[in-house]
Formats: sequence, C-alpha cells, structure tokens
Amino acid sequence: MFIYRCLNGSTDMSGSDAYITGIGQSEIGQKLSRSPLLLTIDAVRDALDEAGLAIGQIDGVSTYPGRTPAMLGFSPVGVEDLVDALGIRASWYAGATEISSQLGAVVEAAMAVRAGLARHIICFRTVYEAAALARPDEYPIPRRERVDGYSQWLAPFHAMSASNWVAQYAMRHTKQYGLTREQLGQIAITGRANAVRNPNALVREALSMDEYLSARMISTPLCLCDCDRYTDASTVLIVSAGDAVDEVSCTPVRIAAMAGSVERYSWDQAELMASYPTGVDLWKRTDYTPADVDTVQLYDGFSFLALTWLEALGFCELGEAGQFVEGGSRIALDGELPLNTFGGQLGAGRLHGFGFAHESVVQLRGRGGDRQIPGEPRVAVCTSGGGPLATALLLAKD
Amino acid sequence: MNRDFWTGGAENELRILRCQDCAVFIHPPRPVCRNCLSENVAAEVVAGTGTIDTYTVNYQKWRPDLEVPFVIARVALDGVPGVILTTNIVGCSADDVDVGQRVRVTFEQHDDVYLPLFERLD
Repeated sequence: MFIYRCLNGSTDMSGSDAYITGIGQSEIGQKLSRSPLLLTIDAVRDALDEAGLAIGQIDGVSTYPGRTPAMLGFSPVGVEDLVDALGIRASWYAGATEISSQLGAVVEAAMAVRAGLARHIICFRTVYEAAALARPDEYPIPRRERVDGYSQWLAPFHAMSASNWVAQYAMRHTKQYGLTREQLGQIAITGRANAVRNPNALVREALSMDEYLSARMISTPLCLCDCDRYTDASTVLIVSAGDAVDEVSCTPVRIAAMAGSVERYSWDQAELMASYPTGVDLWKRTDYTPADVDTVQLYDGFSFLALTWLEALGFCELGEAGQFVEGGSRIALDGELPLNTFGGQLGAGRLHGFGFAHESVVQLRGRGGDRQIPGEPRVAVCTSGGGPLATALLLAKD
Repeated sequence: MNRDFWTGGAENELRILRCQDCAVFIHPPRPVCRNCLSENVAAEVVAGTGTIDTYTVNYQKWRPDLEVPFVIARVALDGVPGVILTTNIVGCSADDVDVGQRVRVTFEQHDDVYLPLFERLD
C-alpha cells in the first residue's frame, strides 16, 4: 500500500507535504522607534500564539535576503540575529539573496521540511526602510562611488529605479494591448479600498479614480499611486512538516504547488518578466487549475506587476489583464476573484512579498474580519516579485 | 570584457560581443557564449541603428541635480538579434518619442567612457 501511494504521486501523502501553520505580523508603520529585531519578535510571538507552538519546538529559520549591512533598512535582521536572540536550536536554516524573490524563502523552508531537515521553520521578512531613511545616523545612506555588475547597464542612463524598469514593460502593454491608465489604476484603488477594512494597514484611506489620475507622474505610465512606499514591519510564516501539523492548534494550510523561474537575469534582455514562466510552471505541479482559485494575493510593489501576474497565472490571456480588472468589480472583495484583500503593498504597506502569503492564510482560515471574502475560500495563489525575480505559491485548505 | 562597449564611441563605433563559433551576440558581455559555451568571443562593430522596443518618460528627480523629464528606452539593434540596449532617447521632446520609431546611436563622452545614446532617424 505504501508503495502504491508513492507511485501515485505526492497529493495523497500528507506526511510528505509542507504546510503553513502559524502566521504573525508586527505593527505596520513608518518611522517606528521599536527596533527591527523586536518587530520581528512581535511577529514571531503572534505566529507562535496562533499555532499553539512554543519557541522550543521551532527547529528551523528561513529569510530573504538575510541581514544586508550595506542597506540595513532594506533588511536589518538576519537568521543569525533571530537564532541568537531566541535561542533557537536550528537543525536547518537559510537566508539568501539569490533565490526566486522574497517568497523563495518559503519555498526553501517547504523543501527543507519535506526533506526531513526540520519540523517547524520560522520564515520571516523584516523591513525598516522608512525608519532607516529618517535616522541616517543609525542607518547610513549607502553611497555608491562606482557602479559595477548589472547596474552598469542601467545607471549611466539614469534608469535608477525599479519603477523605470517596470514602467517600460507597462508602456509596452499600453502600446501593444491598449492598457489604459484607468485600468492600471484599478489595482491601487482596489488595494486602498481593502486597506480601509484592514486595521493593521499602513494607508487606510480610499483612493478615487480622479485622485489616481491626478497624482504626479513618476515614470510613465506609473504615477505615485502605482508605487509602494517605505514601510517598517515584520511578517512571519511558520512552515511545518506534514507529520508535525498535529502539534499545532490552527488549521494548517497546505502548500499545494510552488514555482520560481528565471530565463535572463538581465532585466532589459527579457521579452517578458519572470512571472510568466513562473506562472506556467506552477500549474504543471498541481491538479488544481485557475478556475479552482478563490482569491489571489499578487505582488504589487508596482501596480503593473499585479496585472502581469493575472496574465502569467492564466486568469486571462497575455495583454488582457487591463480589461480583466476594468471597473474593479471582478477583483473586489465580493467579486469572482478577490485580489489583494488586505490592501496589497499599495494599501497595507511594503511588507515585501510576505504580506501576500500572510493574507492568503488569513482568508483561507476565515479570519479576515471586515475584509473576509464571502463563502468558504479553499484555494489561494500568492506571489512575490515579478521580474527577474518571481515566486508563486498555491495554498489550499484541503 | 566590457571595455569595447564603453570605449567604442571614441571611434564612433558601437561594439557588441559576438561568439566567433556560432555567431550569437552576447550582451551584457560575458567571457562565454550562452548558446554554445565557446570562449571564442570578440567584439564586433554593429550598424548603430535600431528600433524603440519600449520606453518610459522619467519625471522623478532621483538625485537633486537630475534634469527631468527625460526618456529611458529599450532599443532593439539592427543586425544584432536578441540584444536590447537600455539607453536614453535624446535630441527631441519626450512627447515625441514612441514605440517602433527608428533611432541611431550618438555618443556622449565622459572621460574615457562613451555612453551610447540614441536619437530619432525620422
């Protein structure tokens, strides 16, 4: 019987699956005085409480990108800080930049529990960019005397920001597929409407289409409302092994499929962002289809990235995401495919990828409060990045 | 490895690395061909004309001394399949730039480095 089940693939074998159990989040704010390590521990406590786990049961830690001394605001806390501060005896750990974006840290943890290297892994992402900018004495602003690596192909042309790089993909959509500013704006407007219903969100003010259209331009067609803003916060997800979920008190959510692909790391040499091959790969690894998905939490560090994820994941054809979201009713809380129900990064704050997995679990557990989507959602997709870094996770309560 | 690209402008030449065994162009420059893994790669002079693949008009002053607006564009080079340059479109108003326009390289010297910028042909 055991051999028979092995031959039939992994979907029957709950013992070898990976699950998200506890989830936690610190206060979300700007220019917070609480230290980034303590914000991280706030989120850890929250996650442990929800899962009914003690810190002594944690035997793994995973993060992206790890402590980054050159840009401490971007990533002020690493695996080593958490392991030491909490006395975690880790049988497996990782903190890496060169993985498939922020949620790649969850992919690594899921592989680790499936391989038997750990039972309960704390995955975290802590950001402190607003506080760091406000306190340059503590967090010196990095100075780059010369460019090297890939930035040498962009910086001399003042293509300084990811907004410039994403804007060029967005411009191609406007020219090739007729994407309008009103369609693009629907991502920000939907996020902000949902953020009003999320007590922990950073920006709890609705955004009207008129306000969106009159916001100042950053890099055409992206305006200020299309870009997330520096945030201080920590988000934690506990990834648990299939044979360890009976130790937790919350409903485990299965990681049903994972993907994170790249073809060219050089942004400007790629016809499409890495989200597209990632989306194709995700559905190769599951019997679920896009029609089974009850809610999507799609990376919107720039609004346009969420549109590309809708196309990449097959919810609509290439070039059709603008029409898909037009008017906003389809992606609203009571629509057929509720999107970024916590506000996304444009509304809830730049949690940098982890917020999308956190909210997927909130919705699948029915704990969304004023923002809970109707019915009993069972399947969610969450993503981080877009290109050249991209990760997609399919989460199921099954 | 990148010297030919950044200094070719001194002779008014746009130079792109190319595999001498399988003829695939390699950009950004690497010491190996991504198609056949040959290390027999060398810079070649290319036409210096191309087509605007996509672009953006940047309005944000990322530095206090940055003059805005300006155009950042991706240019697909004639005769260099698979290579796109991120560059600036100069010599015209930002409002006059569009996808599909034909452009030609023009070099902007900074000490011994020559930035390949592009201007409209039509």
